[in-house]
Amino acid sequence: PPILSRLNPSRWSCGPPAAEGNVQDEESDTRKINNSFLRDHNYATEADIISTVEFNPSGELLATGDKGGRVVVFQREQETKSEPQRRGEYNVYSTFQSHDPEFDYLKSLEIEEKINKIRWLPQQNAAYFLLSTNDKTVKLWKISERDRRPEGYNLKDEDGRIRDPSTITSLRVPVLQNTDLMVEATARRVFSNAHTYHINSISVNSDLQTYISTDDLRVNLWNLEITDQSFNIVDIKPCNMEDLTEVITAAEFHPQQCNTLAYSSSRGSVRLCDMRKQALCDTHCKFFEEPEDPSTRSFFSEIISSISDIKFSHSGRFLMTRDYLTVKVWDLNMETRPVQTYQVHDYLRGKLCSLYENDCIFDKFECVWNGSDSVIMTGSYNNFFRMFDRNTKKDVTLEASRENSKPRAILKPRKVCVGGKRRKDEVTVDSLDFSKKILHSAWHPQENIIAVAASNNLYIFQDKVT
Amino acid sequence: MQHKSKMAGADGDDSLYPIAVLIDELRNEDVQLRLNSIKKLSTIALALGVERTRTELLPFLTDTIYDEDEVLLALAEQLGNFTMLVGGPEYVHCLLPPLESLATVEETVVRDKAVESLRKISQEHSPVDLEVHFEPLVKRLASGDWFTSRTSACGLFSVCYPRVSSTVKAEIRQHFRTLCSDDTPMVRRAAASKLGEFAKVLELDYVKSDIISLFTALASDEQDSVRLLAVEACVSIATLLPQEDLETLVMPTLRQAAEDKSWRVRYMVADKFSELQKAVGPEITKNDLVPAFQNLLKDCEAEVRAAAANKVKEFCENLPEDSRETIIMTHILPCVKELVSDTNQHVKSALASVIMGLSTILGKDNTVEHLLPLFLAQLKDECPEVRLNIISNLDCVNEVIGIRQLSQSLLPAIVELAEDAKWRVRLAIIEYMPLLAGQLGVEFFDEKLNTLCMAWLIDHVYAIREAATCNLMKLVEKFGAEWAQNTIVPKVLGMANDPNYLHRMTTLFCINALSEVCGQDITTKQMLPVVLKMSNDQVANVRFNVAKSLQKIGPVLDSNALQTEVKPVLEKLDTDTDMDVKYFAQEAISGKYTTLSIFFLYEVASLGPRSKWPILYVSERSTMCPAECVSQCER
Repeated sequence: PPILSRLNPSRWSCGPPAAEGNVQDEESDTRKINNSFLRDHNYATEADIISTVEFNPSGELLATGDKGGRVVVFQREQETKSEPQRRGEYNVYSTFQSHDPEFDYLKSLEIEEKINKIRWLPQQNAAYFLLSTNDKTVKLWKISERDRRPEGYNLKDEDGRIRDPSTITSLRVPVLQNTDLMVEATARRVFSNAHTYHINSISVNSDLQTYISTDDLRVNLWNLEITDQSFNIVDIKPCNMEDLTEVITAAEFHPQQCNTLAYSSSRGSVRLCDMRKQALCDTHCKFFEEPEDPSTRSFFSEIISSISDIKFSHSGRFLMTRDYLTVKVWDLNMETRPVQTYQVHDYLRGKLCSLYENDCIFDKFECVWNGSDSVIMTGSYNNFFRMFDRNTKKDVTLEASRENSKPRAILKPRKVCVGGKRRKDEVTVDSLDFSKKILHSAWHPQENIIAVAASNNLYIFQDKVT
Repeated sequence: MQHKSKMAGADGDDSLYPIAVLIDELRNEDVQLRLNSIKKLSTIALALGVERTRTELLPFLTDTIYDEDEVLLALAEQLGNFTMLVGGPEYVHCLLPPLESLATVEETVVRDKAVESLRKISQEHSPVDLEVHFEPLVKRLASGDWFTSRTSACGLFSVCYPRVSSTVKAEIRQHFRTLCSDDTPMVRRAAASKLGEFAKVLELDYVKSDIISLFTALASDEQDSVRLLAVEACVSIATLLPQEDLETLVMPTLRQAAEDKSWRVRYMVADKFSELQKAVGPEITKNDLVPAFQNLLKDCEAEVRAAAANKVKEFCENLPEDSRETIIMTHILPCVKELVSDTNQHVKSALASVIMGLSTILGKDNTVEHLLPLFLAQLKDECPEVRLNIISNLDCVNEVIGIRQLSQSLLPAIVELAEDAKWRVRLAIIEYMPLLAGQLGVEFFDEKLNTLCMAWLIDHVYAIREAATCNLMKLVEKFGAEWAQNTIVPKVLGMANDPNYLHRMTTLFCINALSEVCGQDITTKQMLPVVLKMSNDQVANVRFNVAKSLQKIGPVLDSNALQTEVKPVLEKLDTDTDMDVKYFAQEAISGKYTTLSIFFLYEVASLGPRSKWPILYVSERSTMCPAECVSQCER
């Protein structure tokens, strides 16, 4: 489909919000939602707040992690003739407790169970694999289906009663019988004890053999099959912690070049490392930073230039960075300035002082590419999220909210009024709700389906099928 | 087999029951029980008979791939030895379905084991069965949807290729070619790692036409994780080709690999250097590999330098004899000299583990002039690993330059380490003493090192005293009881009168260690009287160690001494006022002796007079390693 139409907001319709799926009204009855897991949204606890969202490489599965350490995997409903519109609905496939709260006795520190990131591995057999991480420990999970069960014992009869050994005159080999589909999640590997600081990113290498985990000061390289050793490949910790001027905020492997990784810093720069050059990547091979504009310099300049997320484009040619007010797209071949800069919510520039006071200025917004790298999406406040078409330069603000979006209703574009008279349907900057923020979102790797996390709700929108 | 299963049935419940338990436990919730059952799969199969094994057990096992890795691993291994249990080679193909499903699981160890078993049973297939059953399986795996099955296929081509018709051979080659250019790096890596093995079973013409192009392609793969595996294949391919073809078919790729942008590929070249050197022969070595090796020794990445440094000796050894010395002196030695002062300790340590070997190659004069200064520098290196690597290889230098020269140049440095302020350094040196003693000979040892060994017995760190005791035992094993009687026994026994109770106990510990190697005569005549006399010591720790020592040396003594001398003393200790002394006296009398009590004792002995420590404290600490405990106390 032509790119232009994708950004036409009238084409974005609200799919069923998956978790906390009450918006879906009656329809939800027919869906296999585990009610004990999905609680009434009015009583949502801190633990239910979604902390990461990620599609698997085929887009058939979508995983969310929350502050309670749980991972919920949704599976896309297969199209059926009777209900073709059901295609695209994501239903709960598996739910499991990935991380539990722990206590570090040596440092007297509580380790939260909150899932910071989830990354899927490319599918290698009928099972699915994902990495999930909290502040300290990365785990590799296997999610597999089982639809057969062995039946027939020698020492027990059908009802489970123990048989008298003297009555056993022949041997029975168990036979596998079909049963209801069961989805199992098992922790296959636990990668622990490698991070002194909090892990902010994990990224799987295109060699399908290694991945990196990144904390505030270090990047560690792991083999997916080896849990008892990891290699520290980047270390920016100064000898004296008082000399510390920046921290690592995110890191990612290049989607095709297994030797290339990028990491962003709190000072607004991105470093590209080539693992071929040396085993230790403390020296970067490319350094992306935009010179500061002295005219806009203020007390908050440094804080708002901190990069909260980086993402390579699927093509591997571009790199997207999100800072507090903008999204920037960099060409890997040009280090001096970004090729595109998009204002996410420039109207907040005048409100930085109050955003600093309520700590919102430190929010870490993520950003995502669509499947063809032509559109980018990132979050804002008031449950607004923004999309930018890189070709047409059109942009749109949409809202993920229970009140304003009915299932299959088409999303209305929203507008924030900046100065002057407020028109109908516009929202004033002062009325924005800063407690409602879209930090995490994901875009289906091929299709126009997006998942947007707003507090404890997950909204799934899709390009309207015409 | 048939016969046996009928027997089991006819015998009734008695013989069926254990088998029934094993079968039921194949699906027990406890992994350990499942594992146990899988390991006894042959027993189950034997009881079922070949027919039921084929029609019931194997179909069940084929679908049991949900299990834990360790169970699957055991299953994959078992199935490789199952041919007779399914009815012999005629039916061996029945084992293919379960192994096929195991060859697709995500766990590499399980897959590898399944492939190993498949390779094993492929040999038991008749040529017809191989084409009818085995080869189709390889094809299925090779064209599987998931890369796990395709990686497994890579390991199976070489076993079926030699035994199939030429049409099927052509198909196999085609499949291999396809996998070498697979989309996923996993499969390309698997293909690259099996390339050499596959080349070995191919006809030479196909090696030249097919393998070389695949090799060249893999060696220039976009992913360095694939390229580095091509280096390994390079060795096998070079071995297969006639010398005249190497230059055109292999060398361009090898040169490219030695200068690859990725340090991991260069590391692999360094790591495989000796094999490469042998595979390409002396001429190419002289012209190509020598400069390549120099570059690797000077590589900007420490990992590469370390790998190359590890190969220095082997590389020099394998150089063509006519030009060996010149090449080493003019090309290799200058690089080695630089490595001695490398900034990276792994590099220095790698070099230290092989550098001594150069002396045999270069001979006495060159060793004294060029190598000794390097040895000395490394022996004084700040990194203990470097120093230890030098010490543990002293023997090869000894052979070349002789003991006198060695003692003048290197020994002072060793003595210095033996008196190092860090107890862990001293401990490491002690552990090398028996080795050194063996290398240097008894005469030299007495002259230079004996005093040192005795001094360690009164070291203020318990771990050192303990190691010194053990060291004495090993020295006696080397030099014999007579040497012990003349040199060390008098000194050890002299310590029994030391005012420090810790030193007095060291005497007992030494006797424990030495009695057996010294033999009955020395033990009865010299050691026993001292032990017996110490039973009157005023420190309880010493007294109960006497009881322990008596028990320890008991087997060495004759029954007369036991009855007339040992027994009365133990009986006296049994009436001691201290309850621990009593306890150990009783233990010794009854001959029971638990390892737990030894451990408990180490603690007490190392922490000073036992009476000063509350019992609770001692027992709490007893979960710690004694050596650690001491080091903490003494610091």
